[in-house]
Amino acid sequence: MTLSIRIIPCLDVTQGRVVKGVNFTNLVDAGDPVEMASLYDLEGADELTFLDISASSAGRETTLDVVRRTAEEVFIPLTVGGGIRSVEDVDRLLRAGADKVSINTSAIARPQLIAEIADRFGSQVLVLSVDARRARTSSGFEVTTHGGREGTDIDALAWVEQACALGVGEILLNSMDADGTRAGYDISMISAVRAVSNVPLIASGGAGALEDFAAALDAGADALLAASVFHFGIHRISDVKAYLAKHNYPVRTTPAK
Amino acid sequence: MIAILDYGSGNLRSAERAFATSGHDVVVTSDANVAFEADGLVVPGVGAFAACMNGLNAINGSEIIRKRVSSERSVLGICIGMQILFSHGNEHADGTPHSGVGIWDATVSKINAPILPHMGWNSVETAKDSVLFNGIEDESFYFVHSYAAKKEVGKYQSWTTHGERFLAAVEDGYVSATQFHPEKSGSAGLALIKNWSNSL
Repeated sequence: MTLSIRIIPCLDVTQGRVVKGVNFTNLVDAGDPVEMASLYDLEGADELTFLDISASSAGRETTLDVVRRTAEEVFIPLTVGGGIRSVEDVDRLLRAGADKVSINTSAIARPQLIAEIADRFGSQVLVLSVDARRARTSSGFEVTTHGGREGTDIDALAWVEQACALGVGEILLNSMDADGTRAGYDISMISAVRAVSNVPLIASGGAGALEDFAAALDAGADALLAASVFHFGIHRISDVKAYLAKHNYPVRTTPAK
Repeated sequence: MIAILDYGSGNLRSAERAFATSGHDVVVTSDANVAFEADGLVVPGVGAFAACMNGLNAINGSEIIRKRVSSERSVLGICIGMQILFSHGNEHADGTPHSGVGIWDATVSKINAPILPHMGWNSVETAKDSVLFNGIEDESFYFVHSYAAKKEVGKYQSWTTHGERFLAAVEDGYVSATQFHPEKSGSAGLALIKNWSNSL
């Protein structure tokens, strides 16, 4: 009876399509979100994450529709992030079929939003997305906003501690330095965040080789999120799970379809 | 017909679709008569124990559940919908635990584990004669919770472990419950839903 590590493909969605770029620029279209969600479910994804990167309210309506259609077809947990500013935004996404929401910029602007969401829907629906990079803050890691484009001077570890006290149920730690590089997860950043938090920790940014996934788990991650390595077929989710199982990490094996 | 009890616990769309895969008609309802007359009643639930009980009592849900059980009509509680079937829960309770529906006499309490919530896929020590887990004894299911019941109640108990051992499922005649989310547990979860709906 061991809790399995989770492998989570992340789909950046805009205009109802999946996109993913290197270091958040040069976006390349990689497919239809609902089809990709079904495909990843069949390949053994333990959860799915949609990150809504559209800038307009029309784009957000499109995402609600994508969430609805996905939740009707794919029976694994779905997290949706991007542009969530209020309890009402969370309510709309949960009603559309999301199981969890992730927030970032809006929580930094107004930390009390974390407590408001947790009080209304429970901590378990709330993922704090932390886009962090190396900088001269006290721990050496700084929180960024707007998809890594803007610094905040806020120390990433202090922010994680504050957010946990306010009631987040999970942390999605995305290394802005490693994102899209496929050079490996940011191991020291994962260890540092693990040391100051006691909610599940999802590592994100930099997955490349199969060994990278194991290294992030060794650093204290409970779940591993990746995008481009899966979207472009560098690894299949089943390959990552087979590798981890061979090295004695607890993974969920899915029944043959 | 399967009724999913709507008492303000957010998204029921995927639960509705997941139960529909069993071939039964599914209705989401907060109507007491519909909930009582259905072949099977699913009690979902998200959020805190006391908030759920408030929502449930606002539609006379405790009464519907007790009446169904005493009339030999099937009920399936899921996640917090399982927890509120117990007599007490001490989530966010100062001193005196909150009262639940009281089908089983035990207090739902915080799990003793270094990392909470217990979030993700875990395997289950299934009860030998379980109906729910028939054919899916070795599968994993999706859990997300920080509180659980740890006492042996009902006819069949299935257990899981995260930090400590607690009830993953109870089967007790016409009333069953899972601490995990079958509607979020992929093909294994759909198989469990099929097992339950076939028993109706």
